[in-house]
Amino acid sequence: MPLQLLCRKVGNTQIFNDSGECIPVTVLFAASNTVVQKKTEDKDGYSAVQLAFEERKPTRTTKALAGHYGKANATPGRFLKESRLTAEEAEAYEVGQEIKVDIFAPGQHVDAIGTSKGRGFTGVVKRHNFSVKRRTHGTHENTRHGGAIGAGAYPGRVIKGMKMPGQMGAERATVKNLEVVRVDGDRGLLYVRGSVPGHKNGLVQIRPTKKISR
Amino acid sequence: MRSIDAVHTDSLRRDLPAFRSGDTVRVHVRIKEGEKERIQIFEGVVLQRRGGGHGATFTVRKISSGVGVERIFPIESPNVTKVEIKSRGHVRRSRLYYLRELSGKKARLRAKVRDVAALNVLSVSEDEVGTAAEAAPEAEAVEEPAAAEEPAADAEEDKQEG
Repeated sequence: MPLQLLCRKVGNTQIFNDSGECIPVTVLFAASNTVVQKKTEDKDGYSAVQLAFEERKPTRTTKALAGHYGKANATPGRFLKESRLTAEEAEAYEVGQEIKVDIFAPGQHVDAIGTSKGRGFTGVVKRHNFSVKRRTHGTHENTRHGGAIGAGAYPGRVIKGMKMPGQMGAERATVKNLEVVRVDGDRGLLYVRGSVPGHKNGLVQIRPTKKISR
Repeated sequence: MRSIDAVHTDSLRRDLPAFRSGDTVRVHVRIKEGEKERIQIFEGVVLQRRGGGHGATFTVRKISSGVGVERIFPIESPNVTKVEIKSRGHVRRSRLYYLRELSGKKARLRAKVRDVAALNVLSVSEDEVGTAAEAAPEAEAVEEPAAAEEPAADAEEDKQEG
């Protein structure tokens, strides 16, 4: 498992490459990713690297948290996330180390993990791409309903997993295999081709892609 | 770095003159044909400028062998190598869609500025008519000396085309 860098989604835009092609990109901003703790097989039962992102106000920092960050000599971060790494992979990182966007290079492919935009309680047409009934020829009131959800006396119940209205979005979403178009190390910006889950300013985790290209 | 506009500010190009709707412009477009690259010139009236940042475009309309042709250029595209202002038309709209309905003598625009050379001065500021003196200190972003550009530029084009 590779390291997952924490970023903020800045927004979508387009940039031109040298040959004049227009590339749709999502800009991600990764300020300070600090290694706060290394978990080891012996001590914690698994090996991982804990990253802190952004800053937490001192008034919002409990003493327990302050102590945890104090061990790493790091300023308290707003987010703490672990990346599961093998012991060998974890060797490259030290507690207190800052990790920047330049661990990625243009041309590389990455996965983006974020929280998708919340759509609230939505109907089946939006949520499951059901088709809308025709609005004329006698249809009234129920053009966006789902229709039948099962048979009669047998089985006498609704099959589990039936597609119905409900909460849509605001859940963890991963988009795999996005190309890194540009890395702006000075400003901590990562330009990724295509779109990334979540709203602007949302927290996004970026890792080298797991997708195997065939 | 919380705003997408902040990402753009320093990467936007500043090597185009501040042309606007109603201007007659010559747009130099880089065209790739297989291995070869050449510059093609599209001359016409700017109907509109729209958008901002890297997505900004402008529309140029010309009459080509009796048929109206409109082309939309992305301002930030490296394929738009140069824009020259030939004249500034007197217009009272930012979108000149009404020109599409007009033809012949009616489709002309009254010229507004006589000193066209001054329009082509590249100014970093947003003033559309920057004087040469103003632009000179900021000329490092500029590829060619802007002030006495007009006659020289024409000669250059001919070379590129030929």
